[in-house]
Amino acid sequence: MTIKVAGEQKQMADGITVAGLIEAEQVENPQYVTVSVNEEFIDAGDFASHVLNEGDEVEFLYFMGGGR
Amino acid sequence: MSLSTKEARGLVKITIKKEDYDKIVAHALKERPDEACGLIAGRDRDDGVREVVKVYFLTNIDHTNEHFSIDPKEQLAAVRDMRAQGLKPLGNWHSHPETPARPSEEDLRLSNDKNASYLILSLAVKGHPVLNGFHVEGEQGERQARKEEIEIIGG
Repeated sequence: MTIKVAGEQKQMADGITVAGLIEAEQVENPQYVTVSVNEEFIDAGDFASHVLNEGDEVEFLYFMGGGR
Repeated sequence: MSLSTKEARGLVKITIKKEDYDKIVAHALKERPDEACGLIAGRDRDDGVREVVKVYFLTNIDHTNEHFSIDPKEQLAAVRDMRAQGLKPLGNWHSHPETPARPSEEDLRLSNDKNASYLILSLAVKGHPVLNGFHVEGEQGERQARKEEIEIIGG
């Protein structure tokens, strides 16, 4: 199936999950990555169970924060 | 002799337009006592200059003078705007209302993108804002900040 990852069309196996996509895309420091699917943010606890569908638009965002 | 990090990254310096710098300072002053924050986007030129083309002013959802977290919804919108404009995400910026323009331990802990430039604006000395740029090296717990030269152009 085709999904859009960070603006690029990619071919992925049917049934791939968010966690599987993170692995397939070799995302660095995945524990600090926020994921949105079709502009909805996915809880990190759901990465392994959230199955992606044809045409989904996925974004990986690094949490951006800090302190003095 | 090994290459310095700056050479290894191929980065000579960061340039930012004076008008954008002034907007960052104005926004950070307006947001005091809270830390202000946002993103920077632009291009990495062949001559090693990281050129900031656009600055995004985003919400610090922590609303404190001790910490910042960029609103993820605004971050997502900004990233899409960058893509639409053909700009590369270059990193982020935030203010230190009361402390120097150097990364804190918390800044280092949360600097998870090794390719990013992290700009810090200090407002600690009234009337004399200081903007410094850094990138991070090393793994969590052993991270170190390396300074990046900033040139404010125009104005």
